[in-house]
Amino acid sequence: MARTDPKKDVVIVGLGWTGSIMGIELAQEGLEILALERGPDRATVPDFQYPKVIDELKYGIRYGFMQKPKNSTLTVRRTLEETALPMRKLGSFLPGDGVGGAGIHWNGQTWRPMAEEFRLRSYVEENFGADLIPEDMTIQDWGVSYEELEPYFDRFEYMAGIAGQAGNINGEIQPGGNPFEAPRSRGYPMPPMPEQTDMRLFREAATAMGYHPFPRPSANATQAYVNEYGMQLGPCNYCGFCERYGCINYSKSSPQTCVLDALKRYDNFSYRVNSEVLRVDLAADGQTATGVTYWDDEAQEEVTQPADLVILAAYQLHNVHLMLLSGIGEPYNPQTGEGVTGKNYAYQMNGGTTLFFRDHHFNPFAAAGSSGTSMDDFAINQIDFAAEGFIGGSYITAGLSNGQPIRGISLPEGTPGWGAEWKQGIGEWYGHSMSIGSHGSNMSYRDCYLDLDPTYTDRHGRPLMRMTFDWKRNDIRMTQFMKRQIEPIAQSMNPDSWRSSYKSGGARYDIRPYQTTHNVGGAIMGTDPNSSAVNRYLQAWGQHNVFVLGAGAFPQNIQYNPTGAVGALAYWAADAIRRDYLPNPRPLM
Amino acid sequence: MRTFLRIIGVLVVIAVVAFLAFLFIPVQRTPAQAALPDSWTPEEGQGEYAMRLGDCMACHTAPGGEPFAGGREIESPLGVIYASNITPDNQTGIGGWSLDDFRAALYDGVGPDGTHLYPAMPYENFGRISEEDVRAMYDYFMNDVPPVDNAVSETALSFPFNQRWGLRAWNWVALSDAAGFTAESTDPELSRGEYIVEGPGHCGACHSPRNAIMAEAALDGSDPQFLAGGEIAGWTAPALRGPNSAIRGWSADEVAAIMGTGRNAHSAVNGEMQLVVQDSSQYFTDEDLQAVGAYLVSLNDDGPAPEVTDDGATEALLASADPSMALGARLYLDNCNACHFANGQGADEVFPALAGNSLVTAAQPTGLISMILNGSELPSTAARPYRLRMPGFAARLSDDEVAALASFVRQGWGNAAAPVEAGSVADLRDQGDAATH
Repeated sequence: MARTDPKKDVVIVGLGWTGSIMGIELAQEGLEILALERGPDRATVPDFQYPKVIDELKYGIRYGFMQKPKNSTLTVRRTLEETALPMRKLGSFLPGDGVGGAGIHWNGQTWRPMAEEFRLRSYVEENFGADLIPEDMTIQDWGVSYEELEPYFDRFEYMAGIAGQAGNINGEIQPGGNPFEAPRSRGYPMPPMPEQTDMRLFREAATAMGYHPFPRPSANATQAYVNEYGMQLGPCNYCGFCERYGCINYSKSSPQTCVLDALKRYDNFSYRVNSEVLRVDLAADGQTATGVTYWDDEAQEEVTQPADLVILAAYQLHNVHLMLLSGIGEPYNPQTGEGVTGKNYAYQMNGGTTLFFRDHHFNPFAAAGSSGTSMDDFAINQIDFAAEGFIGGSYITAGLSNGQPIRGISLPEGTPGWGAEWKQGIGEWYGHSMSIGSHGSNMSYRDCYLDLDPTYTDRHGRPLMRMTFDWKRNDIRMTQFMKRQIEPIAQSMNPDSWRSSYKSGGARYDIRPYQTTHNVGGAIMGTDPNSSAVNRYLQAWGQHNVFVLGAGAFPQNIQYNPTGAVGALAYWAADAIRRDYLPNPRPLM
Repeated sequence: MRTFLRIIGVLVVIAVVAFLAFLFIPVQRTPAQAALPDSWTPEEGQGEYAMRLGDCMACHTAPGGEPFAGGREIESPLGVIYASNITPDNQTGIGGWSLDDFRAALYDGVGPDGTHLYPAMPYENFGRISEEDVRAMYDYFMNDVPPVDNAVSETALSFPFNQRWGLRAWNWVALSDAAGFTAESTDPELSRGEYIVEGPGHCGACHSPRNAIMAEAALDGSDPQFLAGGEIAGWTAPALRGPNSAIRGWSADEVAAIMGTGRNAHSAVNGEMQLVVQDSSQYFTDEDLQAVGAYLVSLNDDGPAPEVTDDGATEALLASADPSMALGARLYLDNCNACHFANGQGADEVFPALAGNSLVTAAQPTGLISMILNGSELPSTAARPYRLRMPGFAARLSDDEVAALASFVRQGWGNAAAPVEAGSVADLRDQGDAATH
């Protein structure tokens, strides 16, 4: 069975953050738009309704809002020599599905990358010499500067209602903010989250050591807010159920709270759920896309959906998979270094120290996903790469995002993981620990990439995507450097005990424990068609009517959570399409 | 004796003749209240706007039905009345109606064949609609609304309410005011506001009390009974003036905000008022919203805002998190506090304040109980598109618990309304169950 539906002006693949942003921006142009979402529809009520969603087992452990590997997964290997095997259980990262995408179940930590990160290769070469870059490290400039993107960061932050304390407004350093951040044109739309006990202890310790702590910017609202679309947020009540959960309280910025009901008012916009796009269809000459083919789960048939403009707004992994399946860009070849699609897959290098205090009650159950005090004293633009022997950096944060009983309880070293002593440990230590974490960059490498698996296929018969990724010496040196900075801070706070967890020499990538859902690269942006998959406007080099949004555009991973940059790039691309592309559809570079 | 019988006989004959005349002599229709030339035509959009002012859509469209094709069930104290099809369909709608027929329906509640309309049609108020708006609306319905063939169910009230001639008698008594509108104020904004409120907006149909014969107790703002609080479908339609005014202390901007968007810094629309915002007031121009706001505020300037009597005890009790606190307070913490907060103030435009909220403190707690059981969803409006939804707690709370919770919020933060009985909750829960099965 198959059908062909009437042509649309625009088809958007995925209705998460970027699909929603592009949807409403292009809906304002009067275009006929169809968004295709592979998962179900989701709304605060009933899907995130209290108390139903406050269920750690269902959503925290059993991944109620995440993609199901039986429907969608990939194969993984660590080196070119290994045979990749399918990931049959989620672990290391948790892509979402359904309307709102991962935008419903994130923590809300919303950052701008440093200006230096957008031109990382040039920054390293200019300041430390090209020789410092290891031969197999394939870092690149983004092809767009922070200065160019600043208005779009501003737009995203005001649309999403971010709470924070500015550190640099138009070059003027602001007290209490991050003095190392790139200049912003104005402050955050909402005041920062309140300081909790762990944040206070860390701020005092960091300040005493001469560092510059500031409140972590947050997409958890601190007051009632109305954005440019008239959409609304209510103040957060610190229930401690952000990451992996939809927000019960209209308090976490998401496509639902910030865009969708405004978008649904446009008669020229419609969306279909349970509709997984299988491929982008190209014209016979391959120079343009003619639309997409998707699986209509309700009708149990393939649907050809013609469209003039195709926006890939799925998760990074799925955007790259669709490009590989559809022949958009030449697949990257790690042997020759040629090809672009799938190139420079990168991840995030994190580590942390947990501190135990008998005498402090941290009340971790009263927290939000972005509660935290951070410092950027060891950020990318603060480190002498030549002296330290690595390229990269990290922000450092003390913050407790929840006190959930199954995953949220840390125990001191030596406490058994089960039995009576474990129970006793829980009783003694629940609410008495805090953490200081490093959230670090991850460089891109010649042999870390995405391609199609030669063996395994999905339920639609398509080859699975294959991820080849492992930790590298440069990034392990970075995280070990962070360990050496964090532990003295921890010690100065005089905990009863503390334990550290940082990757060390010989660490291999393990897909089982959760690390972060900050998968980036594979559809990297740039100014040279020979080294990037999309141009600086996120337009496919070979098919000018295909735009690829999301963190796939990052040529290597930033030292921050990606959503701020993903949102800014979506507005940047939307603006290019509205101002430049629609009046005269063509390659913009 | 014979004389007496003769007198009685004459009186009976007179009564019969009078009754027959009452039944069969055509009703006098109210004429146009202003002379417009026959060539007058409304400006582009004027007719639709007049329809929005009158909110014809909310009643004359069935849930999920074609616009204006009728069939919505209107709950009335007399029984269920089915709204008629007012599309220009010749058989089932108003396709054959003349302008005079149309005006007579609005002003006199009379159909072209002389049938009396049930006063669910607010002709008491519509008598104040200007001739220009009548003409514009007529033009809109005849020319812009597509005809829909939809024969709606006959309204079948029980005796004596099914005797439509009785409505003539009712009209004699109830329609004490002549048609036409005269503003009380010479201020153009206030008089425009008064016109919308008294006339097409027919606010008094719900917000004014009904008298002994179920007529609106007052039709214009000079009478303190006008907008002094009424009832709709068992819910209290709050007073908009007087000591219990729901909007006492509000600014014109805040009234305009809740009319235009369904929400403001204090409150959010609920019950039938959601339909008013969805189909009518969100389409008002900013000037008209301001005019309505200014006029309603002017009805509330006869005294200071009531003294806030919250001594902070409720907030202190909730903040204590004392496990031995009474059931109602504990249920509030467990179910409501996340949004409405311990101080009962909620958050601007998102979470309504419960302190001083007219739904919470209404004499008739139907609305509050329904809100707790079933939740509520705000209409999407241009300026505030979010269909913010409060979930219902019917599946989570027993009748006793809902009663304890409702009683707690009715008496917290200085609220001083009577407690709620579990029996009232059970009745409403049964009705809700019946409606969904």
